[in-house]
Amino acid sequence: MQNRARITALSAAAACLALTLAACGSGGEENAGVEGETGTEEVTLSVGTFNEFGYEELFTEYEELNPNVTIEHKKAATSNEARDNLTTRLAAGSGLSDIEGIEMDWLPELLEYSDQFADLSDPAVEGRWLDWKSAAATTEDGQLIGYGTDAGPQAVCYRADLFEKAGLPSDRESVADMLDGSWQDYFDAGKKFVAASDGTAWFDSAGATYQGMINQVENAYEEEDGTVIATENPEVKDIYEQVLQASVTDGLSAHLTQWEDDWTASFQSDAFATKLCPGWMLGIIEGNAEGIDGWDIADVFPGGAGNWGGSYLTIPTQGANQAEAKKLAEWLTAPEQQIKAFESKGNFPSQVDALESETLLGQTNAFFNDAPTGEILVNRANAIDIRPFKGPKYFPINDAMQQALTRVDVDETDDPASSWEKFVTAVGAL
Amino acid sequence: MAVTDRVQPPPPDTNPRASRGKSVKRLAFSQKVSKWDVKLSPYLYISPFFLLFAITGLFPLLYTAWVSLHSWNLIGGQGDFTGLENYAFVLAQPFFWNAVGNTFSIFLLSSVPQVVLAIAIAAVLDANLRARTFWRMGVLVPFVVAPVAVGLIFNNLFADQAGLVNEILTGIGLDPVRWHSDSLASHAAIATMVNFRWTGYNALIFLAAMQAVPRDVYEAATIDGAGRLRQFFSVTVPMLRPTIIFVVITATIGGLQIFDEARVFDQAGLGGADRQWQTLTMYIWELGWGQRNFGRASAVAWLLFLIIVVIAMANFLITRRIATQGGRR
Repeated sequence: MQNRARITALSAAAACLALTLAACGSGGEENAGVEGETGTEEVTLSVGTFNEFGYEELFTEYEELNPNVTIEHKKAATSNEARDNLTTRLAAGSGLSDIEGIEMDWLPELLEYSDQFADLSDPAVEGRWLDWKSAAATTEDGQLIGYGTDAGPQAVCYRADLFEKAGLPSDRESVADMLDGSWQDYFDAGKKFVAASDGTAWFDSAGATYQGMINQVENAYEEEDGTVIATENPEVKDIYEQVLQASVTDGLSAHLTQWEDDWTASFQSDAFATKLCPGWMLGIIEGNAEGIDGWDIADVFPGGAGNWGGSYLTIPTQGANQAEAKKLAEWLTAPEQQIKAFESKGNFPSQVDALESETLLGQTNAFFNDAPTGEILVNRANAIDIRPFKGPKYFPINDAMQQALTRVDVDETDDPASSWEKFVTAVGAL
Repeated sequence: MAVTDRVQPPPPDTNPRASRGKSVKRLAFSQKVSKWDVKLSPYLYISPFFLLFAITGLFPLLYTAWVSLHSWNLIGGQGDFTGLENYAFVLAQPFFWNAVGNTFSIFLLSSVPQVVLAIAIAAVLDANLRARTFWRMGVLVPFVVAPVAVGLIFNNLFADQAGLVNEILTGIGLDPVRWHSDSLASHAAIATMVNFRWTGYNALIFLAAMQAVPRDVYEAATIDGAGRLRQFFSVTVPMLRPTIIFVVITATIGGLQIFDEARVFDQAGLGGADRQWQTLTMYIWELGWGQRNFGRASAVAWLLFLIIVVIAMANFLITRRIATQGGRR
């Protein structure tokens, strides 16, 4: 009985899906040749985003610059919600916004269906983005399906006060020197810290640390041709073992799962001393650790550099105003506008020119001991030279891996070997 | 066919040849109309439900069966016809059987206490209370709260380290329960959410049934010297049998499809790292939306449908037996 309402909703949705599937044939053809026409005709453009893209004021500005354009903003609360919405409507063949925001995490799944998205490659935007940013949205035959918005270059956030207590150097230059190098150096520093501190762990979670490491492997789970190598790849197994060795055997992990209630609460209880942090994580740490002094950020990332997250604007081919939509998407992702979005919501830009902006470079963060966060993150973004290949099965595999780590690090239902076996089973079931 | 009797038979004809053509034609038409009226109208009156059911219930059901026989991608759509391959694949998965086990475990942990509690609450509400309507409305309040909101609140309560429940347990000297690691503990936590939401709703159904119990039966019982408790077990509960059957069957259908509460039990919504609380519907979700494999998801959906049919029939047979026994007394 619990779900009687849902049965009705689901069956209604299923019926709609079936009906729209039948209707999608006609919709597709109608809009096939719209490209190229931009004019002064009245158009209404819908833009679908999620979380905070920081575009509210930019939309008003664009409407003033282009009096014929009205922008309708559809904002989903979370990235997952946006993903479900997008996939369902792609399947249905209608109902998408003229511009759809897509997160880097689920972009690889969509590259497979690149014919559903307009080709945005354009001489006007060549070289606008950091290489790895635009490369991730480009298909093998050179179609660019999305314009990059923000990026997530990672640094290391740490608790200077706890470092000091444990007798470790605590100013951000010496910390950067200490942690510079491989992951092993990072773990070694952690062992020193844990030995000298009173019950505080070195990092928050095995899963988060693994994420930082696996993002530095070019073909972690899949070959370029789609062959799944996740369970045989020695690099993956090696990282898995390293992380669990550090987390469980050496006791460096606070045994938390990211985003869970315990994780959120742990920021208030000195549970861990360091955290890998992409730009957007700063706000999350500040929110969770409200009232806790001592957070700082060092211009360093073990193993070089890495990116975590960031989004794109795409134009689904089912839209009726693709040409106008492309104009708007291009304008929104231009360096000047990205800086404004950054000022509005702190979204770190992925545009080459934007990284030289004084506004960005001059940014400091009071919560992180007045650290020059703008300059640090620009350095971290420029240091990225690896382009991890993420195929269509990347995310289910990565999910299975995160679960494998959680089983050992948090749940303690398995040891590393048996949990790996379960991971192999899970990958086999994909 | 009592209704058709009302149609007058044609009057006896003295000159069959002359009048047959005319009178037969006139009578036949009015007769036909009333015959149609009698035969078709009832079906017309009940047709909206069946039409709606055919569109929103039957069609998706059959379409799902069709999808389950193909390889079918969420975005890419229909692929090759694969016969029963999806079923064979899913049935060979340990994850499927794990989900079946979890579903039944959560179902039993929620349905049983829920029905018992609901009857008890209804009995209390049936008594002479002051501000009766207030209390009766009160038990329905949890039902109004959105399941996701319930999830958020209970998640906070059941957090392994920082949760209120564990704080209290450790406060009184007990070991904290590992709500998100231990399978049975997670089922209990999820069942708590379900019970929180649905006990009051069921209590109101039982209350309605209790109010229909003739008061003179109680009076007779009182005269015979039965106390409140004896009256409850010997009069109220037997009189509630048909309602209990109804609630048990609907709770079975709902319980086997449990999704919301289990899905919001953690952030990832996949049923735990070791699939401790992954239910069948969550497994469907994982296959369909996570892996985009609609063929396999549809196969699981159909298997779930079959399980529900079997369980509901078993339920029906058992409860009918109890009901007829009750009736004979």
